[in-house]
Amino acid sequence: MEKKATERKNGKIKAPSRQQPQRKAKRAAASKSDAGQIVLISGNEACVEGALAAGLGFFAGYPITPATEISEVLSTRLPAVGGKFIQMEDEIASMAAIIGASIAGLKSMTATSGPGFSLMQENIGFGTIAEVPCVVVNVMRGGPSTGLPTNPAQGDVMQARWGRHGDQRIIVLCPNSVEECYTLTIKAFNFSEKYRTPVILLMDEIVGHMREKMTLPAEANIPVVNRVKPSVPPEWHIPYENTPTGVPPMAAFGDGYRYHITGLVHDQHGFPTQRQDEIKEFITRLTTKIEKARRELIMVETEFIDDAKVAVLSYGSTSRSARRAVTMARKGGSKAGIVRLLTLWPFPVRAVQRLSEHVDAIIVPEMNQGQLVGEVERHACGRCSVVPLNRFDGAMIEPEEILHAILEVE
Amino acid sequence: MERTKLVHKYLRSEKKFPHLWCPGCGDGILMGAMIRAIDRLGLDQDNVVVVSGIGCSGRLPVYVDFNTLHTTHGRALSFATGIKLANPKLTVIVVMGDGDATAIGGNHFIHTARRNIDLCAIVINNNVYGMTGGQYSPTTPMGAKSATSAFGNIERPFDICELARGSGASWVARGTVYHVPMLDNLIMSAITKKGFCMLEVAAYCHTTFGRRNKLGKPTDMMRWMRDNSVRTEAFQKLSDEERMGKMEIGILADFDYPEYCEMYDEVIRKSGGGA
Repeated sequence: MEKKATERKNGKIKAPSRQQPQRKAKRAAASKSDAGQIVLISGNEACVEGALAAGLGFFAGYPITPATEISEVLSTRLPAVGGKFIQMEDEIASMAAIIGASIAGLKSMTATSGPGFSLMQENIGFGTIAEVPCVVVNVMRGGPSTGLPTNPAQGDVMQARWGRHGDQRIIVLCPNSVEECYTLTIKAFNFSEKYRTPVILLMDEIVGHMREKMTLPAEANIPVVNRVKPSVPPEWHIPYENTPTGVPPMAAFGDGYRYHITGLVHDQHGFPTQRQDEIKEFITRLTTKIEKARRELIMVETEFIDDAKVAVLSYGSTSRSARRAVTMARKGGSKAGIVRLLTLWPFPVRAVQRLSEHVDAIIVPEMNQGQLVGEVERHACGRCSVVPLNRFDGAMIEPEEILHAILEVE
Repeated sequence: MERTKLVHKYLRSEKKFPHLWCPGCGDGILMGAMIRAIDRLGLDQDNVVVVSGIGCSGRLPVYVDFNTLHTTHGRALSFATGIKLANPKLTVIVVMGDGDATAIGGNHFIHTARRNIDLCAIVINNNVYGMTGGQYSPTTPMGAKSATSAFGNIERPFDICELARGSGASWVARGTVYHVPMLDNLIMSAITKKGFCMLEVAAYCHTTFGRRNKLGKPTDMMRWMRDNSVRTEAFQKLSDEERMGKMEIGILADFDYPEYCEMYDEVIRKSGGGA
């Protein structure tokens, strides 16, 4: 604490002001160096920084706790870089607007929480079938319904995966620190652009609201990916062609490639079809383009795992308690290890399979009644015991609770 | 013949015909009028976007050779808002039905009008949900029979033009699929005029609405339009009694409100982001 206070006094740590973007921009320019700028910001603010670094050009949103700061900050920061911000009449319209903007060629994003996320599902499904890149940030709060607006929860894990009707795959990333809110937002944009699909950044209230020190790189510290545009003349372009990667190049409206986009199942030219062979081919491509990318999409972190007998598998803010618990357990001589999922969907199947082969038990702490634990059980296939540890009273899971579970399992 | 040829120039005839509209439907008349309006304005096809929602009207974009987007039910205006704000150089035309625009999309309808973003919104009003088989919509007249109001509709209908005007649209008009030359001109004005322009196109659904309410063949329903439509100049001179059962057509509102994208350019300038 003391160190932080001194650093702040010396001007090393700066909290960016969202009220005065111009002054902030000037200050940032003054202190800009190759190493970047040290800042003290919240997860929501870091998400904004990540989005801007990734090249965000359009944001549409509707106020909702605990995601509102993302809208507020972007309402000043985005026009300052020539981008567009709009506050829509609801989350349905917000989701529609970002898809429209992406079709017009801009990288686009929205941010919401549980109730708004429910409303967005319809058009997330549209984004999936029409293959429109966009990023949806869901800062999870307690549910169901209005639930617990200011309390943390991890109750939307399954909704993120299965909230839409019909078969589909979705990419869901889950940060556990302010810095990771920054990096995973960039990754979310990269994946959405590369695979032409909506990507969900599943934050939680704790990650969104907590403040941490981080270095804001002068430029994105991760290479920024942009969607591939067609390289052939318009008359040769097949908008939904089954390319080897499964991801057809995408032209923006106004680029000179006039084509049709629809939420109906369509053929390679984008026109509605009811031919069984075309339907099957299309749905298969839509799902396999994500399945084939598992190696790139799946991010898992492990620690103390080589000799571990008990693994704590967690994600989001819960993983911070998990890390503390495992460190304490290790000090007491326990053979405990950590597995942290940065990618929730597609689910890291291989990682869980391998883990289940060499540990006796996997503890899965979640701020819900047990959602991802079902998936862990499914892929552990009885090779080890899977122990859920759930809290759904609007409070975070304390390290001691996880430590207790580790000792009990041992 | 010349007119037909002109329309064919803009149709995606190779891929997507026959269309799915019933023989005698007015949707095709509107589509022809829209094409003629675009052609007469000399717009570059590459810069024209046609957006639709769900329903019979929702199928229109698939037939025309522009940048076309067939969205979800009721949300067409919100998708269009994203497109227009992202690239204000594009001409964005939104085609909706009455249920699409004023029931499931009612919220988007009033707010898009209030924002006054430069869109040309065309609402084809056939007073019924046609594609799903003729259930009553927010514009079904009281007492009318439908698949879900066998004893007569007990809900009061919307006046779509009043709704648009009250919500802040720059320009509001009503045409019909009978008065075709007028329809061509109204669409041209709606595209040219800055701000949110709403054109209600009175149409009919002889298949699901006309049949249940014994209104006869498509030609009979058109004849009704011919006999009961009154141009706004004449309509204004009628007494309340004389107005009963008549439909006012023409330009019903024309204001110069500030346009959203232009206002937003000012926001960009104030935030220091002007290029």
